[in-house]
Amino acid sequence: MERKTLIGALLWGSLALSTAHAASLKMAYDADPVSLDPHEQLSGGTLQLSHMVFDSLVRWDADLQFEPRLAERWERVDENTMRFYLRQGVKFHSGREMSAEDVKWTFDRLKESPDFKGVFSNFSGANVVDAHTIDLVTNGPFPLVLHNATYIFPMDREFYAGKAEIVKNGDSFASRNVSGTGPYTVTYREQGVRVEFERFADYWDTASPGNVETVTLTPIKEDPTRVAALLSGDVDFIAPVAPTDFKRIESSDNARLVTMAGTRVITFQMNQNRVEAFKDARVRQAIAYAINNDGIVKRIMRGFGTTAGQFSPAGYLGHHPDLVPRYDLDKANALMAEAGYADGLNITMMAPNNRYVNDDKIAEAVAGMLSKINITVDLKTMPKAQYWPQFDARAADMMMIGWHSDTEDSNNFYEFLSACPNADTGWGQYNSGNYCNPEADALTVQANAETDPAKRQALMQQIEKIVYDEAGFIPLHWQNLAWAAGNHVEIEPVPNAMNFPYIGDLVVK
Amino acid sequence: MTNFIFQRLIQGVIVMLVISVISFAIQDQLGDPLRELVGQSVSESEREVLREQMGLNDPLWQQYFRFLGRAVQGDLGQSYFYKEPALDVILKKLPATLELVLCATLIIALISVPAGVFCAIKPRHPVARAIMAVSLVGISVPVFLTAIGLIYLFSVELGWAPSYGRGELVTLWGGWRTGLLTADGLAHLILPSITLSSIMLPLFIRLIRGEMLEVLQSDYIRFARAKGISAQRVYFVHALKNTLLPVITVGGVQIGTLVAYTILTETVFQWPGMGFIFLEAVNRVDTPLLIAYLIVVSVIFVITNTLVDMIYGLVNPTVRLTGVK
Repeated sequence: MERKTLIGALLWGSLALSTAHAASLKMAYDADPVSLDPHEQLSGGTLQLSHMVFDSLVRWDADLQFEPRLAERWERVDENTMRFYLRQGVKFHSGREMSAEDVKWTFDRLKESPDFKGVFSNFSGANVVDAHTIDLVTNGPFPLVLHNATYIFPMDREFYAGKAEIVKNGDSFASRNVSGTGPYTVTYREQGVRVEFERFADYWDTASPGNVETVTLTPIKEDPTRVAALLSGDVDFIAPVAPTDFKRIESSDNARLVTMAGTRVITFQMNQNRVEAFKDARVRQAIAYAINNDGIVKRIMRGFGTTAGQFSPAGYLGHHPDLVPRYDLDKANALMAEAGYADGLNITMMAPNNRYVNDDKIAEAVAGMLSKINITVDLKTMPKAQYWPQFDARAADMMMIGWHSDTEDSNNFYEFLSACPNADTGWGQYNSGNYCNPEADALTVQANAETDPAKRQALMQQIEKIVYDEAGFIPLHWQNLAWAAGNHVEIEPVPNAMNFPYIGDLVVK
Repeated sequence: MTNFIFQRLIQGVIVMLVISVISFAIQDQLGDPLRELVGQSVSESEREVLREQMGLNDPLWQQYFRFLGRAVQGDLGQSYFYKEPALDVILKKLPATLELVLCATLIIALISVPAGVFCAIKPRHPVARAIMAVSLVGISVPVFLTAIGLIYLFSVELGWAPSYGRGELVTLWGGWRTGLLTADGLAHLILPSITLSSIMLPLFIRLIRGEMLEVLQSDYIRFARAKGISAQRVYFVHALKNTLLPVITVGGVQIGTLVAYTILTETVFQWPGMGFIFLEAVNRVDTPLLIAYLIVVSVIFVITNTLVDMIYGLVNPTVRLTGVK
């Protein structure tokens, strides 16, 4: 009798499994990952790959909340220590079982990586408690331990043993070979042409609805070609999608579009060291009042953006609901007159032309808007490769910069974009405006050590308010994100604001 | 003959030297390769360390002589992005580009000769007028538009041809991966080849027409006609031979130009050839790859020009190659 039920259960189980048929997916991105080494370059492409081949301790869900992955749960042991309880029975692609030692090994390697060590600078180390428990220790109380845990993708320490060197400009074992715990193994890779993945048979997450057995990732650089490839059925899933192509996809019968508010803010900075007038807060405010954010989002971005009055997008702790764009030309002119610049100014401006969505057109529009308050702009746009050296040299009076917070936390914006430039701490590295308010910096330091979310929120909102009131920079909008897929691909549940669709959970009909 | 080839060889080396100097001189204008290698939050001091490791802080002349020293041993440096010797990357992509150029050349040759001859023989025929009008449009439409138009018509609307890439490949002897031997590979070649040929086709139709018209005026054609030779024979044997002489010269040079035009075609079709990686290399400031590309292309130019001169000498015995005694 017992045996019969067992057989029955087995039969039933196999039937249930077979209803979700194994599918294949062809994806096209604008570029393919530069390396298989998850620690070589901190970029969207690397993280996208990491979510396919590896798993992080925790990951972001679509609402910017933490979702347990390889860490089943966690708790704060003391002020400086967070304890993570790891999932048991998780296998690497090599067949080895993952343990806390692998997590420690990965953590130590992150601390060595030129790209990632900055993100982990507040950590002093990782201590193995037992085979499936690990402590992450910080230098002082640190509120972003979980944010950082989204970057810890445990690597198979025995697989890489002795060959784990991180090489940025040359060949290395880790850049061509990979063993993680993720839903996919890499079966073929020809850089710049395609990467092929196969679902890992021993993947731990058997509850995942994902039914994609094989994935082919092809880079297609040109926007129109990528869309055409989707519409003709040559690929099933594309990202990014240019705003100019939205209509074409929406009017198609066999593909659809998913867009989502993103977290990358596009801004202009006003260099106070180059232009005396920019030292006057009234002039900076006048510029903020002269910019029609809404017009830019509607006309140039075709609705593909959310107007911004501050750094932090909604969902970030520092987001202050009152700080909205303040377009008012009369007020702008009045402020210019009050500051003694009624006759206007001549300034230079630089922006990239292939880095952000419609970057050069946005810069042209801003230059046009500034002419209404008698600021004459000499604008230069250039490819990003040439733009960054110019930016580093602070070569123009107003410069464009877009920023995505690597930690998905507001403080990252302040540290890099609005803090007083300081070569020793590295703060203000991208603050080409040289805006500086020591009070805001003190609050940023405080927020960095505040582990109570409510108090932290108050601190960071205060920073946003200070920078807003003094018009420390000109926020334009947060770029939206867009993906498109064939109708048989159920993409809606997998994209998220970090732009790493979780392909492992993707269902294809 | 050996003397002639030897002279060409020396010319080729000089061309490559000049190219390498120029590409070295302009590399600073392209931007900072480090920016493409590291994430946004990496500090300047960290980048400085990498720059030092990569030898980018040394004076330009020092970098150039280091490059030259390796180049004579066949090492053109390591591509930053592909992390492989730049020359290997280029040579791996060469088959894709050569197959594309070959197919485009075939299309040009097979269409331009009959079309050009027809337009010369029957200049007032409505079809001839139509060909001339279309070729005028063809010259003025940018390659990019031609490509996108073809993709939308034949891939998206009609579904006849694939929209991107090379399709299924077969590896031949020597690691040459060809798309010419599979149905899928050939299907993928159609749209890119038409796009690439669209640049030169109008030019050749016009060239052949013009030459043919001139030849038809000449005395020997009149004598041939007076002798009672059939019109077909006069056109296709007597006249065409002399028409094709200048076409060969122009054609040889233009094949080199065609290689350059692959940059645009390959980018639109995501064709994994060397034109595509050239543009990528510019965007990524992958200077070693850029220099390797320019040198390989200059070698292709030198070789095709030499071959054209030799063929010209064979076809037209009145021409003597310089250096041939």
